[in-house]
Amino acid sequence: MPNYRIHKTEYIDETKRVSFKYDGKTYFGYEGDTLASALLANGIHLVGRSFKYHRPRGIVSCGAEEPNAICQIGSKKDLTEPNVRATELELYEGLEASSQNCWPNVKFDIGGINNFISPLIPAGFYYKTFMWPKSFWKKVYEPLIRLSAGLGKSPTEPDPDIYDHKHVHYDVLVIGGGISGIIAAKMAAKNNLKTLLVDDKKILGGSTIYQNNESIKIDDKLSSEWLKNEIQEIKKLSNLTIKTRTSIAAYHGYNFLLAKENLTDHLPEEKKKNKIRQRLWKIRAKKVVIATGSIERPLVFNNNDRPGILLSNSINKYLDYYGVTCGENIILFTNNDSAYETSISLHKKGIKNIIVDLRKSASSELIKQADSLGIKIYFNHVVTNTFGYRKINSLEIMKLSEDGNTTVGNKIRLSCDCLGMSGGWTPMVHMHTQSGGKLDFRDEDQVFLPKENSEDQISVGSCNGDFDLENIIDKTVNKINKFLDIDNQDYQDTKIICSKENDKRNIWLLPNKIPLGKTKCFIDFQNDSTAKDIKLALKEGFRSIEHVKRYTTTGMATDQGKLSNMHALGIIADTAGVKMGTLGTTTFRPPFTPLTFGTLVGRNVGKFFEVVRKTSIHEWHVENNAEFENVGQWKRPWYYPKNRENMHNAVQRESKAARDSAGILDASTLGKIDIQGSDASEFLNRVYTNAWSKLAIGKCRYGLMLNEDGMVYDDGVTTRISKNHYLMTTTTGGAANVLSKLEDYLQTEWPELDVYLTSVTDHYSTASICGPNSKKILNKLFPNLDLSDENFPHMSFKEEKLENISCRIMRISFTGEQSYEINIESRYGHSLWKMCIEAGKEFNLTPYGTETMHLLRAEKGFIIVGQDTDGTMTPSDLQMDWIVSKKKFDFIGKRSLYRSDTVREDRKQLVGLLTDDPKEILEEGAQIVSDVKSKPIDMLGHVTSSYFSPNLNKSIALAVVRSGKTMKGRKLIIPMENKNINVTVSDTIFLDKENKRLNA
Amino acid sequence: MFLINCPFCGERDQSEFSSGGEAHIVRPKQPTELSDDEWAEYLFMRKNIKGVQFERWNHIHGCRKWFNVVRDTSNDKILSVYKMGEKPPVNYK
Repeated sequence: MPNYRIHKTEYIDETKRVSFKYDGKTYFGYEGDTLASALLANGIHLVGRSFKYHRPRGIVSCGAEEPNAICQIGSKKDLTEPNVRATELELYEGLEASSQNCWPNVKFDIGGINNFISPLIPAGFYYKTFMWPKSFWKKVYEPLIRLSAGLGKSPTEPDPDIYDHKHVHYDVLVIGGGISGIIAAKMAAKNNLKTLLVDDKKILGGSTIYQNNESIKIDDKLSSEWLKNEIQEIKKLSNLTIKTRTSIAAYHGYNFLLAKENLTDHLPEEKKKNKIRQRLWKIRAKKVVIATGSIERPLVFNNNDRPGILLSNSINKYLDYYGVTCGENIILFTNNDSAYETSISLHKKGIKNIIVDLRKSASSELIKQADSLGIKIYFNHVVTNTFGYRKINSLEIMKLSEDGNTTVGNKIRLSCDCLGMSGGWTPMVHMHTQSGGKLDFRDEDQVFLPKENSEDQISVGSCNGDFDLENIIDKTVNKINKFLDIDNQDYQDTKIICSKENDKRNIWLLPNKIPLGKTKCFIDFQNDSTAKDIKLALKEGFRSIEHVKRYTTTGMATDQGKLSNMHALGIIADTAGVKMGTLGTTTFRPPFTPLTFGTLVGRNVGKFFEVVRKTSIHEWHVENNAEFENVGQWKRPWYYPKNRENMHNAVQRESKAARDSAGILDASTLGKIDIQGSDASEFLNRVYTNAWSKLAIGKCRYGLMLNEDGMVYDDGVTTRISKNHYLMTTTTGGAANVLSKLEDYLQTEWPELDVYLTSVTDHYSTASICGPNSKKILNKLFPNLDLSDENFPHMSFKEEKLENISCRIMRISFTGEQSYEINIESRYGHSLWKMCIEAGKEFNLTPYGTETMHLLRAEKGFIIVGQDTDGTMTPSDLQMDWIVSKKKFDFIGKRSLYRSDTVREDRKQLVGLLTDDPKEILEEGAQIVSDVKSKPIDMLGHVTSSYFSPNLNKSIALAVVRSGKTMKGRKLIIPMENKNINVTVSDTIFLDKENKRLNA
Repeated sequence: MFLINCPFCGERDQSEFSSGGEAHIVRPKQPTELSDDEWAEYLFMRKNIKGVQFERWNHIHGCRKWFNVVRDTSNDKILSVYKMGEKPPVNYK
């Protein structure tokens, strides 16, 4: 096996050999490696196929910007993870990784044929081609596209890993632990500011930490040695927290940031167990220092995407940090000085290399150094083509014309096994722009820079466009002193020697003799968009950068265009003949690198996903076999199946028992609002449609609450307990919103009213007993209470003790039966319920759930707000005009009831429906029409509630139908998939229209 | 995520609050005397300003009090916070 590890470094522990699997084959690396560096040490460059053309692709970079080396980690259904960047993944014993987006394998990929038909797949290909025939989309095109595309596979089972969230507050947050971040953190912490320094890498130091060129020195030391010393210093500072393997995912307003800390991703399987995998830090910082550095730009030329073509600085890092060379015969293609550092480093390790420089000449100390080492430099030359299928094996260069717009002279063919590209540096302005910061464009080196506009955040170092060492240190120190309002002198006498200069010759799309249409000059490696695609988009009339991005998909892959966006902009600017600074950029959105869902949700999974509210009687329901329904956050018994009954049979049994003898419902979840104050009656007058002033003490009344737009919002029964004291009930789901709405009116519109609202939903448990035998059961429970209709009529209230515990009993009914609701303090709810069940035994008292409750009320035509209404129903639409007071001067929503739209006669109105076949049960939500032959069919309304009534022995339904009020007796049709169901419009009350049962 | 200075509780995270839309829209005292258009103006029409906007917020997971906020919607800076019934600060009009 080839070995490209050519020297020892302090970052690789050669005593700790690590074995891992890549595409099923076992390899070895060392502790300290990333998956990418270990693969390169084994001579592996080819790591994937490109998205559209399935071209072989290799490792390009050494960090978060990597577009090609993304892999699938693990193979377990619950633990596999796609799109992991091999350049960031630390190697561990037993790691299993595989390449993505290739079938059957990375070396022979059937989709590679797309490469040869690529002239047929231009920008917008999918939009243009798969438009017709329409019927082909679902069955032919989409499955085919999905099969051949796609980046990785998502896990198919729940993530078993543990994730955590943590909230922290700091005076200063420093993002990035390179040289400028370290200086900033030290200055802040030494000035007694509580400081947090985060860096996404395993160790601090950025790119300076492996710098070993003798001509770049600080205080007469190699800059890397100097920085190591600084790192030792800051580790001693007590009010500085350092978090490595931690990357900022999002920078929100008010200096609220999310950071992801990797805790176990670098550990072998057995050490990961039972540990928190990742932690999401929610950081509030008074001040934020952004020191995120910059990333090297590729160059755009023909076939710039072959395996073996990397960023020049990445070649340098693999060499000096990981001890791995990316080739044995390397060519560096550059437009600036930084490739020379790589070149000299390679030369020192004995790796043959030559330089192709776009610049006509250059004369910094660094270049002189390379020259004196005998490194061959081709100035004023451009790479025009590369060769080699699975890896680069040679390339062609040509001389550039005077203006740089074209090539001149003869092609020179050079052999190589690796090519390094250096197109200069792009400041990482992501954090700055995410926080709302704007950008300026600097023409001389074609970079976007943060425009300072906030007292709360600042960018320093190369993310601020300060590339040379002298500038980085001096400017960082000055800016931080000013930003934090301190006077730190630590770096005043720091002596800096830097032989690099900042000049470069920027050409976005490099010239070529071959027509652009026949070249493959890649801009976005991951999404396979080329310079040709960008130009085509412009030709087709796209102008906005946001449109060009979406049409060509440039910058839309998992790497979010970290390497490609600048080139796309540059080529658009050049082609359209506009200045780049005026184009603007696409929006930088969080997250900076992809986050797993696990990290975002933290511990809020499984039973912690949402708050679950249970009544005090819940355990009884569980013991008695209840099936539960979620109503808001509440668990409510849905029905109580007996002897393996299905739902239908259980509900039929429960409904019949409730009307034949007695039924009991846990009504504790209904919202309860305690209303007190001398203006309580006036308040109710204003919030309900009906009148409340004359309600006698001890009486109950049903009320309908509207929105200001006149639409029904909530309903419920309110009881007058004493002169200035009411108890309001609301729907289960509406309780919180009703309280908010009432508070809103009280505090903002009617602050003069003396009214106090308190939510008491959780304070009382409620057992509701209904049916012809309910009075007998009540009599057993409360033998001293006079239950006669004279003393305790329907819609009235009594307070009575049950074994010394006070109960509030309301005689109110949602079923149409004689019915009592017993309220007791919640801690006695369970006992009350059991006593009711015991007392009801001889009367076959049957517990029933929400489904039976719905059926029973539908028999009586009582509405359920939210089921029979949808925020567009007025009281009149519900045929409930009787509840709207004509006399009251005002109430919420009153004026809206006679707007031109609300008085329309052809509004949808609530009606009853009876099926011609009494056994046929309608589907809730089904459409209602009068004629199935006309096209388009005129939709009249829909079914809102539908049941089979065991008490009437037929199917009943409620529905909203256009002009329904006038349609009684009309025949209508419910068209279903396989048949048309004939129905007749009826009254909404199906049972006991005279309300005889209430007092039976 | 804003930090909002509740006039009753002090500075708290935005997640404790809910927004109630534009401030200083007074519910008409005599709705019956309004035309449909006038009522619709009160009911539906809201400003949507890029710049300084007066808003209502409710500390719904805190003291449950409603109060007013002056916010620059272009940069989300909260310029002022004041109680219901208090006059809006004049320097932002």
